[in-house]
Amino acid sequence: MPKDELKAEFRLVGTRPNRPDGLDKVTGRARYGADATLPGMLWGAVVRSPHAHAKIVKIDASKALALDGVKAVVTRADLPTGLTGEDWNLQENTLAGEKALYDGHAVAAVAATSRLLAEEAARLVEVTYEVLPHVIDVDDAIRPDAPVIREGAADASVPPGMPPNVVRYLDFGRGDIDAGFAAADLVREQTYKTEATHQGYIEPHACVGQLGADGKGEMWVCTQGQWYIRKMCSAVLGLEAAQLRVTPSEIGGGFGGKTTIFMEPLSLALSRKAGGRPVKIVMSRSEVLRATGPTASASMDVKIGMKKDGTITAGRAEFRMQGGAFPGSPVAEGLYCAFAPYAIPALQHIGYDVLANRPKCAAYRAPGSPMGAFAVESLIDEMCRELGLDPMAVRLKNAVREGDTASYGATFGSIGLIETLEATAAHPNLAVPLGPNQGRGIASGFWFNHAGETSVTLAIGEDGTATVSVGTPDIGGSRASIALMTAETLGIRYEDVRVNIVETGALGVNEPTHGSRATFASGKAAVIAAEAAIREMCNRAAAEWGIEPEAVEWVQGAAQPAGPNAGKFPPMSIAEIASKMGGTGGPISGHHESVPDGFGASFGAHVVDVEVDPETGRTTVLRYLVVQDAGRAIHPAYVEGQYQGGAAQGIGWALNEEYIYGKDGRLQNTVFLDYRIPVASDLPPIDTVIVEVPNPGHPYGVRGVGETGITPPLPAIANAIHAATGVRLRHLPMTPPKILAAMKTKG
Amino acid sequence: MVAVNLWSSLARFTDGARVVEVQAATIAEALQALVALHPGLEPILKGGVSVVVNGEVMPNRHATIAPDAEIFLLQALKGG
Amino acid sequence: MSRIHVTTTVNGDTVEFLADPRETLLDCLRDHVGLTGSKEGCGTGDCGACSVRLDGTLVCSCLVLGVEAQGRTVETIEGMATGGELHPLQRKFIEHAALQCGFCTPGILVAAKALLEKNANPTDTEIRYWLAGNLCRCTGYDKIIRAVQDAAAEMRGAA
Repeated sequence: MPKDELKAEFRLVGTRPNRPDGLDKVTGRARYGADATLPGMLWGAVVRSPHAHAKIVKIDASKALALDGVKAVVTRADLPTGLTGEDWNLQENTLAGEKALYDGHAVAAVAATSRLLAEEAARLVEVTYEVLPHVIDVDDAIRPDAPVIREGAADASVPPGMPPNVVRYLDFGRGDIDAGFAAADLVREQTYKTEATHQGYIEPHACVGQLGADGKGEMWVCTQGQWYIRKMCSAVLGLEAAQLRVTPSEIGGGFGGKTTIFMEPLSLALSRKAGGRPVKIVMSRSEVLRATGPTASASMDVKIGMKKDGTITAGRAEFRMQGGAFPGSPVAEGLYCAFAPYAIPALQHIGYDVLANRPKCAAYRAPGSPMGAFAVESLIDEMCRELGLDPMAVRLKNAVREGDTASYGATFGSIGLIETLEATAAHPNLAVPLGPNQGRGIASGFWFNHAGETSVTLAIGEDGTATVSVGTPDIGGSRASIALMTAETLGIRYEDVRVNIVETGALGVNEPTHGSRATFASGKAAVIAAEAAIREMCNRAAAEWGIEPEAVEWVQGAAQPAGPNAGKFPPMSIAEIASKMGGTGGPISGHHESVPDGFGASFGAHVVDVEVDPETGRTTVLRYLVVQDAGRAIHPAYVEGQYQGGAAQGIGWALNEEYIYGKDGRLQNTVFLDYRIPVASDLPPIDTVIVEVPNPGHPYGVRGVGETGITPPLPAIANAIHAATGVRLRHLPMTPPKILAAMKTKG
Repeated sequence: MVAVNLWSSLARFTDGARVVEVQAATIAEALQALVALHPGLEPILKGGVSVVVNGEVMPNRHATIAPDAEIFLLQALKGG
Repeated sequence: MSRIHVTTTVNGDTVEFLADPRETLLDCLRDHVGLTGSKEGCGTGDCGACSVRLDGTLVCSCLVLGVEAQGRTVETIEGMATGGELHPLQRKFIEHAALQCGFCTPGILVAAKALLEKNANPTDTEIRYWLAGNLCRCTGYDKIIRAVQDAAAEMRGAA
């Protein structure tokens, strides 16, 4: 709807009520993936490859099966053959076929009567391997002479003659790139690298699966998307989707990592072999780190041309990303996002998706965007310093506005980058004086946002309360925001709306909670469903009054005659209409399903102050500011929560987190002690500013807020460390030894 | 006729063209027409593309497109 | 391996269970006692999601064997509210939106309660260091610190 038709005054939207799931979560009642127990339940455990790359010669499970209480062993031979494309990739990642492709790759699974017994049995499965040469680093993997991970994995996008591990290629751009660089006063080109990081959700993957010989199955699982679980498990196991009923548990974090399958098909396959007894599988933290879906690592060349006044005349980005032993690194997304905050006349982007002997990457909050931002936002900062320009002013000068063509080709609709940068520049944090060894860095970030398949049903209760059934698991407070929008629309109390996350049999197909879509898409569908219910309630009132339905309007939770000519009747409340609905035509509900259009793009800007200890190279984050356009904040506390959480993950990625592999290709940091995510004492308060440039594509102006916040911290901290020390780190993470070495080299 | 903007490495399949004009009233027709003109594009389009019409990613293949619409193809996007 | 009979007190109730000697207190609470509020995030004592009190001492229940609970007193998240009344920390965590996914929340609440019993008026820094063994990946800790401070202030006012 046009911008000026968007309401700006609300009864509930923009308030901060208690979240509906709050009580369950502070009392320990909320039920997560590992919290379910079923009668006759078995426990599953997974046998994993200790090698980065190895031919599987033989699997001997006889000793495991000889144990009393071991009920089933599953190997690849138990899964159907003939899959192609991503279905094959998923199956191959679920259980290795001819080769183990990374340290931790599942090779077999066992089910037994207890967890300890299952683990013992898994240790007794004897796998004979023939170890093959492996490759871990993306720049090594793209070499023409690198060990070949899979012949024929390249798709049609890869031109002939590319190195064997390149499986996808893209290039795109616009304008005259040579003329663009020629028009610049300063042209600089640098190479940047980021290491793989893990989403680091605190809840390990867990499920209970049950599958009978009749092909009917059930699953309880922590996931961002119960329909994705259904679709992927069905594909991997050759089941009919409708026969598999997937119920999502409460989810202990996902950040993109729970949008796919790992051990879920194994629990079903084990169950089927064990006579249909349910099988519970709970991953250990080491399994999560070794064998789920971390993000890609990236090696990136960026070249930028800038005039003395800060105008950017041209940009070129060549990104190489490895997303593990399967196609699917977010190299395209990284390239699309890299220059997105800037209006640049000439651009060239080139991307390579590269295989390496690592786990199959999954989505991680704004997939690809943090890497691209690290490279581009760092180089812009470097050039601003060289030209003596204010990095904030340069960002404002080149910022994209509504109507500009994005770096990836599309035209921006209503966006809030300028407003975001202006709010950032005006924030008091920028006026705080800095001391010795301290520095300030700024950076921008972008994410497209996403809508996706969405199906929502709203039912009016007998007392005029409302139940909303949605298919997007609540990760960051979406039940609260959806309840607020529904109550606002219906004109009832927030407390009178209950939002349930429902199983796959209860609604049409929903995409997962990903792409920052839950509050946007499920929220938009809930509002449209509520409007449908309102129309029906107006019909019921009209019939009662004997007037035309068009002569009835809905005001503050009640039907009333639309004007003096419609007739003189007292308002009929939702409770009154609901109490009589059985005798006036039956249940009243509203339903909406679509792939909603109109999701708005998201921009943010971060400012960080750091202090670097010149003795140790340790970086302390002194203060942190996140400014981001939310379109409209439905529940501002949970919008702030997204900003703060994204910033914290980005800070970890920038300073500390990385997948560390030994020469043997094994992951060396497989517990939280060694894969150290930020702890409370590592972080300062994280200040937030919610900018609101309403998204005309949503009835309340919402644009997704979940992902952009992880993008700016990487370059913002690199820029701050440079300001503090004079050294430029172009390879994440910026650990104390790296900073110290750089400072020593500089002298 | 509507003009479909391709990413540049697709020019390999279109005799060098970065913009291909097709006769189409919907996105699905535009994609079919692209494949009819340049069969080499088929595996790429089947593999999944995001279609951007006038600045907006349009997932509905039956969405109608005006003759003056601005259409860009992107590699399929995903989110976290 | 033969199981060992354990009698212990959990949240004021006498509880008996049979524990495999290899099972952790966390395993026993979750799988034998039916209290699944304590969570396993790592199994190595790094994340604090399994935090409980054992004879009043804050411990990671994944690092304690179930059989060690014999004759001792265990307090878990399920015992934090008294009757229908939430502990101020529980209430303030909801009010301040100090949780998102909620998986780390039980452990953080148990740990924060132990802090406030030792130190009724902690600084932000003291809270941050006390909770450094309780990982949260969703919130960036900001709202958690505010919630603990607000609960502490309320509890001081009520005392």
